[in-house]
Amino acid sequence: MNVIVGLEIHCQLDTKTKLFCGCSTDYRDDEPNTHVCPVCLGLPGSLPVINRKAVEYALRVAKALHCTVPEESVFARKNYFYPDLDKGFQITQYDRPLAVSGYLDIEGDEGEKRVRITRVHMEEDPGRLVHKGGMDRPRYSLVDYNRAGIPLIEIVTEPDLRSPKEARRFLNKLRATLEYLGVFDSEKEGSLRVDANVSLEGSERVEIKNITSYKGVEKALTFEVTRQKNALRRGQKIVRETRHFVEARGVTTSARSKEMEQDYRYFPEPDLPPVRVAGWVDGIVLPELPDARRQRFMAQYGCSLIHARTLTGDLRLADFYEKVAAGTDPVLAATWVADTLLGELNYRDMPVAAVPSDTFAELVALVQEKSVTDRNAVEVLRILLDQIKEKGSCEGPRACVERLGLRIIGTGAREGDDPLASAAREAIAENPRAVEDYRAGRKEALNFLVGQVMKKTRGCAKPSDVNAVLIRLLSGEE
Amino acid sequence: MAGRTLSFHPDDRFHAFLRTVPDPAFGEGRLSGMPVAVKDNISTAGIETTCASRILTGYVPPFDATVVSLLKKEGAAIVGKTNMDEFGMGSTTENSAFGPTKNPRDETRVPGGSSGGSAAAVAAGLVPLALGTDTGGSIRCPAAFCGIVGLKPTYGRVSRYGLVAYANSLEQIGPMAADVPHVNLLMSVIAGYDPKDSMSLDAPYFHTPSMDVRGTRIGVPEEFFGEGVDPRVASVVWDAISLLERKGAEIVTCRMPSMAYALAAYYVTCMSEASSNLARYDGIRYGPPVDVKKPWHEAFQERRREGFGIEVRRRIMLGTFALSSGYYGKYYAKAQAARQNVRKDFQRLFTEVDVLAGPTMPTVAFRFGEKSDPLSMYLSDILTVPANLAGIPAISVPCGKVEGLPVGLQIMGRWMEDERVIDVAYAYEQGGGP
Repeated sequence: MNVIVGLEIHCQLDTKTKLFCGCSTDYRDDEPNTHVCPVCLGLPGSLPVINRKAVEYALRVAKALHCTVPEESVFARKNYFYPDLDKGFQITQYDRPLAVSGYLDIEGDEGEKRVRITRVHMEEDPGRLVHKGGMDRPRYSLVDYNRAGIPLIEIVTEPDLRSPKEARRFLNKLRATLEYLGVFDSEKEGSLRVDANVSLEGSERVEIKNITSYKGVEKALTFEVTRQKNALRRGQKIVRETRHFVEARGVTTSARSKEMEQDYRYFPEPDLPPVRVAGWVDGIVLPELPDARRQRFMAQYGCSLIHARTLTGDLRLADFYEKVAAGTDPVLAATWVADTLLGELNYRDMPVAAVPSDTFAELVALVQEKSVTDRNAVEVLRILLDQIKEKGSCEGPRACVERLGLRIIGTGAREGDDPLASAAREAIAENPRAVEDYRAGRKEALNFLVGQVMKKTRGCAKPSDVNAVLIRLLSGEE
Repeated sequence: MAGRTLSFHPDDRFHAFLRTVPDPAFGEGRLSGMPVAVKDNISTAGIETTCASRILTGYVPPFDATVVSLLKKEGAAIVGKTNMDEFGMGSTTENSAFGPTKNPRDETRVPGGSSGGSAAAVAAGLVPLALGTDTGGSIRCPAAFCGIVGLKPTYGRVSRYGLVAYANSLEQIGPMAADVPHVNLLMSVIAGYDPKDSMSLDAPYFHTPSMDVRGTRIGVPEEFFGEGVDPRVASVVWDAISLLERKGAEIVTCRMPSMAYALAAYYVTCMSEASSNLARYDGIRYGPPVDVKKPWHEAFQERRREGFGIEVRRRIMLGTFALSSGYYGKYYAKAQAARQNVRKDFQRLFTEVDVLAGPTMPTVAFRFGEKSDPLSMYLSDILTVPANLAGIPAISVPCGKVEGLPVGLQIMGRWMEDERVIDVAYAYEQGGGP
């Protein structure tokens, strides 16, 4: 049973001001209803004026997604009643969107895949309701219009995705692309909302509304695919309906049929002239996008495909890597950023932005100059990340290595002051049984001795060095 | 000089005003110290603005409409807000939630509408200048019924910022006064580009009226003298047109077939837009708080049922219907096609003539209650709505009387030729009109 998924993605355009007025979009930490004016409050007599920057941002997206921009597009009113909707309608685009017929290439389940983009259009966000006294039975609700009029774009795909995982990959690629374009900040509250259409080949399509996280999309789709498969297995029919994703429980629930019958009575917004911006497209210079950067990372830094893909999949991570790679061995840096650092960050749920790149570069340099073993370098990284998480900053890696005495123990130039050799001698002296076994030809006894030496040197010696020194001593060369 | 105030205590026997400002401030400028009445659907900072609707009772705008700012900049004194049909929906001012305005020429008759309060205030001599708004004739109809001059400017020539929307694509704010020079003066103050109105045109208005109409070709569409037009009104208007001919204008009779569906196109369009514009009055932000014990969707429906008058509710319902899926193509889309035809008709006619002339209203002012059935009220707009559908300028100037009641001569001009309709009206006014 083939899974068929199409997505509708609402992204907040990261402009300084709202879509139809001059109010600031940066309302974080501010009181409700402080970033408002007659226009975004929809006061009687106010009129919208389009934010040129928002149009330009939307066009950047359209161009990056290889869309066609028609000569003329039209804003329309979507009419419905809701307390967060100050005008009683939302200004959006309907039958004549800003851009149509594009695509985005992603890493699909079966290799490189082209996902077709149906359309890209602009719209304003409504305000936000705050329910007091619990979600299920709120005592009362308050409305905050700080969000009202925030510019959004809606990107609609064709039903080209074939699994929840592919949908997730598409979203990740889209997010990276939008961030590279400098039009989107994925860390802002409410910056992304997804509606997903999902069906099993041959049966009805179900729409899942209002998924608000990247992980949520995969979770919601996985749940829904399983639900539909089970229903079919039991001989039930899939009903065409709208379902809500309940993020906390990881399930989708049927929306009341009433909400489906909503008739939005779209008609062209009479207060805004048609948008004629096809001529702007040629003037837009796109920055390097994820695919191009991935190629460059492989060519310029010698990154593997997998590392290059991981590193370029996130704008901040890619920028971070390039800073680290500038002063260290780029291949070593790639491993340390893409594998080690990313793993540790995910474990702590920390963003890469929290880590100073020069600090991390210093750690990679220590590994590179063999001043610390890989294992101890990871140990140091964990300590530094915990420090950052706790107090926002950390000590220098070199200082940390010295403080904990983790500097690597090498084989000394002269016999007398070689700490590794003396540790090995101690181990040999303390474990005559193992030595005997080894000499009797039981090679695994050597591993035991290596472990003993490692313990004595607190991990500061490289296992290969320890091996070599032990073999030399045991072979009776002294 | 700043800080000067006017004393304004009119004898408002006709209920032209919903509220007055007893001591309005005024400044220096072209309108220094001149009292100006403002229709109650134009936002005035600090002065309650209700559109003559209960649903907006108590609403005090925090900002001035652009036209009001312009008036203040030229020294005018804003002396009060005038009565109107609720949200502009009507042709008699009987649809005001706060009681009708009487026609100063005959108190048993309506002043016309929807800018009936502004027209009555001027006709009664309470103010020399007033602002009205015209969606389908709401300036010209009361101007005709009250015997004053009223101009509906070219769509976009006067900013709509601050005008409480009824039908955005049709309506314009315009000047009303006792004679053409005053209308011209007020127009020169309020016209001009406004970045806050995206449909605004960059076309300032600086004009000295000329009464020379020699060589002006005046078209007279047969449809403007068709069925429903009182023959006595038609005869007075023909006399006025003949006077312009004697002054050197050339009269050309013509036809305007699109008039057959202009009224339907107009009503479908304005009701559709109104149904959307008036959605914001849901009891959350305007008027007294709704009953919070009820679920929201019940509370807001109740508020709208009680807060809107019958005509407003009728238009919201009809407009909602016209936009619904399955009917959009049949009504709204058709209306836009018909509107396009009206535009084309005007374009064609204006290659042959410079202006079009005819009666403003098919009859003289109605008696109170005479137009009780909505359809006959709608029909009386037939001669004024074409100009709104096409966005062209149109003026009504008094041109005589029938049984002692004023009749208006309507002059319509090419898009952006507001100056020319002013000139033709001025030529008539100066040429020995009544």
